[in-house]
Amino acid sequence: MLNPELKLRKDIFDDKNESQPIRAGFGIGLVEAGRKNEKVVGLCADLVESTKMEGFSKEFPKRFFEIGVAEQNLASVASGMAAMGKIPFISSYAMFSPGRNWEQIRTTICYNDVPVKIAGSHAGVSVGPDGGTHQAIEDLAIMRVIPNMIVISPCDAIEAKKATLLAAENGKPTYIRLAREATPLITTEETPFEIGKAYRVYESKNKKTVAIIATGALVFNATRVAKRCEEEGIGVIVVNLPTVKPLDKETILNVAKEYRAIVTVEEHQISCGMGSAISEFLVQNFPVPIEFIGVNDVFGQSGKPQQLIEHYGMGENSIYNAVHKVITRKHV
Amino acid sequence: MSNLTDEKICELEQTANRIRQSIISMLVSAGSGHTAGPLGMADIFTYLYFGGMTHDPKNPSWDIRDRLILSNGHICPVFYATMAHAGYFPLEELETLRKFGSRLQGHPHREFLPIIENSSGPLGSGLSQAVGMALADRIDFGKKTNKFFFCLTGDGELNEGQNWEAIMLAAKEKIHNLIMIVDRNNIQIDGFTEDVMPLNSLRAKFEAFNFHVQEIDGHNFEAIDYAVNQAKAVFDMPSVIIAHTIPGKGVPFMERDYRWHGVPPGKGPEDVYKKDEQDDMALAELRTLGGKIKCGDQ
Repeated sequence: MLNPELKLRKDIFDDKNESQPIRAGFGIGLVEAGRKNEKVVGLCADLVESTKMEGFSKEFPKRFFEIGVAEQNLASVASGMAAMGKIPFISSYAMFSPGRNWEQIRTTICYNDVPVKIAGSHAGVSVGPDGGTHQAIEDLAIMRVIPNMIVISPCDAIEAKKATLLAAENGKPTYIRLAREATPLITTEETPFEIGKAYRVYESKNKKTVAIIATGALVFNATRVAKRCEEEGIGVIVVNLPTVKPLDKETILNVAKEYRAIVTVEEHQISCGMGSAISEFLVQNFPVPIEFIGVNDVFGQSGKPQQLIEHYGMGENSIYNAVHKVITRKHV
Repeated sequence: MSNLTDEKICELEQTANRIRQSIISMLVSAGSGHTAGPLGMADIFTYLYFGGMTHDPKNPSWDIRDRLILSNGHICPVFYATMAHAGYFPLEELETLRKFGSRLQGHPHREFLPIIENSSGPLGSGLSQAVGMALADRIDFGKKTNKFFFCLTGDGELNEGQNWEAIMLAAKEKIHNLIMIVDRNNIQIDGFTEDVMPLNSLRAKFEAFNFHVQEIDGHNFEAIDYAVNQAKAVFDMPSVIIAHTIPGKGVPFMERDYRWHGVPPGKGPEDVYKKDEQDDMALAELRTLGGKIKCGDQ
């Protein structure tokens, strides 16, 4: 059942559940952050509407800067502003920021350790018809590898709003991963959210068998799989892991000890993503079998979002199969 | 015209000479690092830290200080040496350059040395940071701000496309208090700039991008002073000063030779002096000032 302490939406499993693009939550959060703190500034690389920076740009025109199609400049200009005491949010498609401007983020933001917030929109294959050039499935990898960087991958628009508001206050370089498509809402305004915390979203009453740790939009799919497994008598927990760095080591360790088999779920390359981060930690502390759901070392392509999620092995059936596979590995 | 008195010019020339000697000594002690660029930029750094900029070595985080954003971090020996001579830290610390635990990293790092404005080394990012700083300052103080943002770049560094992104933004925002100084020494690692990737006409390029452009002899303090004062007076566009400098300036056997770009005395080409003579001879050249500056060392 859904964890009642988290005050999640009650209509998650309804056919008519409510959906919003995760990026929309960023846009709302940024306006709110701007109202709370006049040091918050916004910079965009010619994608104001689609990265949802429009609201901020209209309400705070003097604190908004259109940089043009120039992501390297975008990152370093923000670094300079942060060095002068501002809290800059920069936005573009994740493929271009942090994709194209990685070295500028590493050197001028993280090596300087200044609090620039990077909102990477249109991450994952669910960008859909734009095709593989525009589907960032490497961004978690290239962000989590840089010292000083905080990495957040919200599961829905409401969590994205909370992440944006907290990122404005955390004083650190921070990457927020956003998706383009409308994503079912899981959380509510009352759901707790802290950077660095993982949450037990769904817990079956059956014997504890498999833990699914998911991040981003696929937390929803993972939760549906857990319900299906529960109905079949398999005890599954779903952990929503919005903060990919730093990891909530306590929760991950406890879950590993309780369930002793894990499936990680992310809309990202399996290599170097969230699942890798978890296995890096667990293999040193409490090794358990892990199955990884994600893109397996290939590029994306054009298609409908759901079609691509299925094609690249991240659909509900793939997660379900991974749960069963990891069970067979439990006592090997 | 320049506002500098003959006495002041004499003082600046002597200071620049002492800074050049420190550069040689610290590079010899480090056993690696860049020689040509730092020697070439010693006069401009001396001018900025000994009169050209508003700053206070006793209060490095002074709010209203002018900002110096070094983009081509590899010339940091001149940056560190000038700061030490200006009183930011003891001269003895220069000998720690590039050594383990030193605040004076091989390329500048703001976490090790918080009194600098930015970390640098990977080329082409400094101007963007300077533009960002100036824009942030403008949010708070508008165009009435009395701070200036000096961004020092190399010329080979202008191969990096990011510079031109920043140049477009600076012009778009008419950042009048941005003063970019290009070290036009015509060399980069692989050779002369016009062979590796031609930049000329640099003046025409900057003019086309809506910058106020001046070209000067980067070793002439009157010219430097005049150009900086002119740049400060421009109110509706950013400024660039293309400072023609001689790489290796002050040490004749290094001057204008790109092979001295990235090696210290003791590891350079042996056309004139053997490796084991290079450090002593470089210092000897610098200590022989007759005919080189307006007044001899007193």
